[in-house]
Amino acid sequence: MNIHLVGVSHHQARIELRERVAVDLDGSATLARRLADGCEAVVLSTCNRTELYLAADTEQPLEERAVQTLLDLAGAEDGSMAPLLYRLADESAALHLFRVAAGLDSLVPGEGEILGQVRDAYEAGAPGPLLDRLFRMALHAGRRARVETAIGESPASVPAAAAALAQQVFEALEGRRVLLVGAGRMSELTARNLRSRGARVTAVANRTSGHGRSLAAQLESRAVGLDDIGDELRECDIVVSSTSAPGFVLDADVLGPGLRSRHGRPLLFVDLAVPRDVDPRLAGVDGCFVYDIDDLEAVVQASLVGRRAEAARAERIVAVEAERFREWQASLAVVPAIASLRARAEAIRAAELAKAEGRLERLPESERRIIEAMTAQIVNKLLHLPTVRMKEAAVTTEGVVYADVVRHLFGLEEEQQP
Amino acid sequence: MAELLVVPALLAYGEAAVAYAGELRGLARAGRLGIWGVRVGWLAQTALLAVQALAGEGFPWATWAGALNLFVWLVVGVYLVWGCRPRYRLLGLALMPLAVALLLTAWAGGGTGVDVATHPGVLLAAHAGLMLAGFAGLTVAGGMAALYLWEERRLKRRDAAVFRLRLPPLEALDRLSSRVALVGLVLLGGGVAVGLTTLERRDLDAAMGVTFGILVLYASAAALRREGMLHGRRSAWLQLVGLLLVAIVLPITHFAS
Repeated sequence: MNIHLVGVSHHQARIELRERVAVDLDGSATLARRLADGCEAVVLSTCNRTELYLAADTEQPLEERAVQTLLDLAGAEDGSMAPLLYRLADESAALHLFRVAAGLDSLVPGEGEILGQVRDAYEAGAPGPLLDRLFRMALHAGRRARVETAIGESPASVPAAAAALAQQVFEALEGRRVLLVGAGRMSELTARNLRSRGARVTAVANRTSGHGRSLAAQLESRAVGLDDIGDELRECDIVVSSTSAPGFVLDADVLGPGLRSRHGRPLLFVDLAVPRDVDPRLAGVDGCFVYDIDDLEAVVQASLVGRRAEAARAERIVAVEAERFREWQASLAVVPAIASLRARAEAIRAAELAKAEGRLERLPESERRIIEAMTAQIVNKLLHLPTVRMKEAAVTTEGVVYADVVRHLFGLEEEQQP
Repeated sequence: MAELLVVPALLAYGEAAVAYAGELRGLARAGRLGIWGVRVGWLAQTALLAVQALAGEGFPWATWAGALNLFVWLVVGVYLVWGCRPRYRLLGLALMPLAVALLLTAWAGGGTGVDVATHPGVLLAAHAGLMLAGFAGLTVAGGMAALYLWEERRLKRRDAAVFRLRLPPLEALDRLSSRVALVGLVLLGGGVAVGLTTLERRDLDAAMGVTFGILVLYASAAALRREGMLHGRRSAWLQLVGLLLVAIVLPITHFAS
């Protein structure tokens, strides 16, 4: 059986080329069905890669078919796409998919979305026995890498770092109240990230009411003026600030006394502005934590270092799983010989029992069942060790030799003759 | 010979304490080794206590050293409820060195022997058991409070390593330490109530006074918390002051009485 992978990814191709071959989930389902003409096919298309996985148990020009499909998708008549395509087969293709599922091939190691994208592609594709096994084992490897290592645990962007920080202080973010100060792009992204984890933006405070109102409407919140921040701070849990003001918008001298009424209830300030909006002295108030953009960048950097360290452990897990797949795939080479051997033995057993039918029919039914079971047991016990040894040999290069020897010794190839 | 079960318990607790310190320094898998040390040690100590209970004809933990042995077992047992979760492993860094020190003291004081038993009656045994369980709860709550203060300090200092250490969220620690303290308070209250039934007025001593003081302190903290007046740092400090009273003042007054 052969597996072929042809793809293009962020390692070789710029976004302008990748977007020409990118397809959505419906598109990948349609494409997989079209490609699965006499073979198995799965199409994995994400923002970083488009990969076609094809497999068949007969010799077919699968690689050429996949290459041509990608070139057709790209419409690249200038020939710019062809040199950027990578082509992998069998073990290499499997190892590549396992690494992809574990997030080891991603721009940010261990990024969380890829595992779901691999699962979606598998479910939308047209897999047969081989790709079914390959994708299920890849998903298993991806899950193992995430569970057994910390590769996906720490934040990899400033908004994610802010959200992770909030979770370190508050645990779950469901129902947490967020005050947005300023309506900049970064604070909006951070607010959206917090919302995706269950937090609620209660107010958007902005100097110009128009922009603030518009963002507030998008975030299902309300717009307030900068003068109202003091009142809002009494109730909120997280403040995300990103204005273009030249000085502190949240001043410790002004806001500090009011914050004491919180009795130490935690309040997290995320200051994304340069120059800073939040007076660092606010960190001295009981329960207040102040993080500026440099702190968040440091969190991201520390996290990326940690992720790379964890990636080495994840690589080992992926290698083990890829080896397990290779062994399974190799065992397929001896499966027909084992099946023929067992069928031959069963046929002999049945024939001998039939011959003895005349003598056995005098026995009671219970004793005949005992003889039936005993003969089946003898056949099974005799064939058990050869079956195990053949499967073991299949993992090495001797598998095919063993299969041929078994066919020769038991005359199985003669049976196959018409 | 059964007395020697204290040795594996001590060794395993010691290994856990060292492993947790290693995890703090970033050693991979140290935390997992630590939790296994706690489990093995706790099982060994459970076996020791079972042998003590079976061998002694009365209540084998009536001496201060025997009570300390039982107390350590309760503290580690309460810790194990959360300690198996990766995020709470570092709580062991606060508790396991304490467990080692106290168990060593109990051993030195003869509290791990199998032939020591008194006949205090059911009520006094229940009193001692409830009081010890209550103090164990307060000790674990104190450990959580210490971990809270340490983590809060790191977060205030904007230390990015907080994410590497996989610490429990601050609010979870705050909430959990208060709940554990509340359970400890209820057990302590139960122990005091049972103890009072066996007392006469002239038996009141300094240790009892301190115990009442501890009860009042924790009850006040619980009431203030319920009213939303006490959170985070202040609550953690109060837990630690309570623990200090338990750890230092109570033994002094106990022996002085």
